Amino acid sequence: MKNTVTTADVRHIAELSKLSFTDAECEEMRAHLQKQVANFEILDSVDISDVPPTAHILQAVNVLRDDVVRPSFANASLLAGAPDKSGDVGEEAYVVPRVVD
Amino acid sequence: MDILDMTLCELVAALDGGGVSSTEATAACLNRIKDTQGLNSFITVCEDAATDAARRADERRARGERAPLLGVPVAVKDNIVTDGIRTTCASKFLQNFVPPYDATVVQKLKAAGAVIVGKTNMDEFAMGSTNENSAYGVVKNALDPARVPGGSSGGSANCVAARQAFAALGSDTGGSIRQPAAYCGVVGLKPTYSAVSRYGLIAFASSLDQIGTLTRDCDDALAMLKVLSGKDERDATSACPPAYPDILRGDVRGKTLCIADEFLNTDKLDDGVRAAFEAAVDALQKRGAVIKRASIKSFAAALSVYYVLSGAEASSNLARFDGVKYGMRAEGCDSISDIYVKSRTEFFGAEVKRRIMTGNYVLSSGYYDAYYLKASKIRTVIKKEFYAALDGCDAIISPTAPTVAPKLGEQSDPHKTYLSDMYTVPVNISGLPAVSVPFGAAHGMPVGVQIIGKCFDEGGILDIGKAVMLADREVHNA
Repeated sequence: MKNTVTTADVRHIAELSKLSFTDAECEEMRAHLQKQVANFEILDSVDISDVPPTAHILQAVNVLRDDVVRPSFANASLLAGAPDKSGDVGEEAYVVPRVVD
Repeated sequence: MDILDMTLCELVAALDGGGVSSTEATAACLNRIKDTQGLNSFITVCEDAATDAARRADERRARGERAPLLGVPVAVKDNIVTDGIRTTCASKFLQNFVPPYDATVVQKLKAAGAVIVGKTNMDEFAMGSTNENSAYGVVKNALDPARVPGGSSGGSANCVAARQAFAALGSDTGGSIRQPAAYCGVVGLKPTYSAVSRYGLIAFASSLDQIGTLTRDCDDALAMLKVLSGKDERDATSACPPAYPDILRGDVRGKTLCIADEFLNTDKLDDGVRAAFEAAVDALQKRGAVIKRASIKSFAAALSVYYVLSGAEASSNLARFDGVKYGMRAEGCDSISDIYVKSRTEFFGAEVKRRIMTGNYVLSSGYYDAYYLKASKIRTVIKKEFYAALDGCDAIISPTAPTVAPKLGEQSDPHKTYLSDMYTVPVNISGLPAVSVPFGAAHGMPVGVQIIGKCFDEGGILDIGKAVMLADREVHNA
């Protein structure tokens, strides 16, 4: 299928991706995606009628592990990598700007 | 014999025999790393920790203890987490990230007595084929510093070629172990999907990612694989492979090797690489292998299938980099959404953004069926055709990459770079094991031969790989 990638498409996908682009970067990305999509036209050359999709290469089925209590990471060791973890909330926590007023 | 000229297996024998100590071997590697610093194979060198670990290995040995890699200096790709050692994924986003735990493979290396000398350079988040997408500078090929080492495990392949470590861990999502192995003239093994636990591997495309090894020869790859493989309860997709062989015989007499017409009927394949590959096929025939031709029609679509699927999975996996839990956060953010957008925009590199955008495009409403679903169906076809080609033969062989290592800066168009993975991506799509071994040269650089096997037949493909290397020595008097 032939698709044209527009600037509006790129802006929409950027929003979904939580990325922001300058106008020049947006145009570069549009040209890139357009080329990718053109390459993807080869997908139409393979006969896939009645072929099921493969999401995963193993014939894996969901398994449940035994519900056994085991040690987990100490809060401090996980919070050590956080960009902002100070807190006047009474206990150590990730800190972000106020989300709910 | 200079310690650094030994293979990993030779070093283990020398350590067992008492002729060499781990302290000596580790110091030799650390000195080599310093002397060849300009290659930029490493993002982090663990000099003090390695020196300590080497001393402890020597003490254990002196007490009569033995372990498969006791005292052997190895390197780890910087997308595999290491407790207390910075792990960057070659991204600015993780420039300050010090993981609080070891990946399963790192635990296994340590339990086997290995000494970790450092974390190797790579393409950011393993996205790239030249190692030029690293936020920590390009890696220069140890055989020709004007050329790239390949990628994304460029630092891992290069450090083995430069004798900076006896082996290295890499990861391979579409060829990221095998292609740099080919460019650097070393052995790169991508095991069967699930044979090695991915716990602690920073995810790129979870259904394609596989940890494997860069080594000097096939025996070393087997020794490493025995340490690394096995079921891990922390990776639900991991499996217990059957027992691997004790030794490799390097004997291809009576073995049937399959070549798909589509591998050679392409103008993308460099003439020099083609000639080297044909010479390898000749040499294998002279050693008693039977060559069979087949057709894998879906081969031409594999690269597009790969870029749809890996992009889709990457766009989901990389959603976790949000500037909140770990890694960097952009300055001056006044809302949570601001933190996400500004941090991701500032700290992801250009290629990572391209992959995320491609992924979200193919997954977005209206395009899902046209791209993602279609690619998932063709994945079924590719897998079926590779399995059919392997039916009744011992392995499929191909060039590892269509060219030798390009010059630094030569590949500014990402679409051209993507082509370098044309022979390697179908293997990840199918979940099969494959190894790249060096044979001959073109344009003054090594050429890799890829050997693709049936699921869990790492022993079989390494055995054929050993035969290729024996033939290489015989033909080229190497």
